[in-house]
Amino acid sequence: MMNVHELAKACGFTYFSGANAEARPVCGAYCCDLLSWVIGRAGDEDALVTVMSNTNVMAVAVMADLPCVILSEGVKPDERALEKAIENDIIVLSSPDPTYATAVKIYEVLKSV
Amino acid sequence: MEPIVLTYQVDGEDFSAAGEASSSVKKTLKQLGFSPDVIRRVAIAMYEGEINMVIHADGGEARVEITQSTICIILADKGPGIKDINLAMQEGYSTAPEEVRNLGFGAGMGLPNIKKYSDELKIDTELGVGTTLTILINT
Repeated sequence: MMNVHELAKACGFTYFSGANAEARPVCGAYCCDLLSWVIGRAGDEDALVTVMSNTNVMAVAVMADLPCVILSEGVKPDERALEKAIENDIIVLSSPDPTYATAVKIYEVLKSV
Repeated sequence: MEPIVLTYQVDGEDFSAAGEASSSVKKTLKQLGFSPDVIRRVAIAMYEGEINMVIHADGGEARVEITQSTICIILADKGPGIKDINLAMQEGYSTAPEEVRNLGFGAGMGLPNIKKYSDELKIDTELGVGTTLTILINT
């Protein structure tokens, strides 16, 4: 079992927020930009990989109790989103790669544990 | 335990602030010591309902009644009402406007998600009058 910080380090993701937040376990990833799908389907040990970077993403991360949000394609959170992430202690990571490549990297790292 | 009742006004103006009531309920349930699974189900169901009120009804009122065995969420709005509940309950069916879809919502998952995460869902709706959702979650 890997925690979010170990995953971030192993995958080379950088932090937008939450570098000191609780190290929750991560078992997989859920990749989607439609938030209604995310909230209905993502598990509470799934990292969310998305290019959606508005404040609603952070609300969904809180409600669905997700261990972290990984913004792919080098996308940056908008100002309000980042404020909300910091306020709620959400770990928001950055991946320079597209969503698929990011997910593959996560898969490889989780598989190797 | 005496029932604890929380009430909120859900603001219909600000889509990006949607979720404040759900967020507050989540915190209260955590303080009261409910299990993470129950808290998650309540948060998801209520957040979806809150989003619906913002998208379709210009906001509304939320009332949450908490007892040891059940959490009852009542979401009442004075929106347009739901024309066809069977259609609205189908995953993928949505009447949400384009700008809401651009924010990642309006995928037609709201009511199905609420049903999925609750133990009971009652929908009272009247065209031109409003909609009241009663969502029951057993702890």
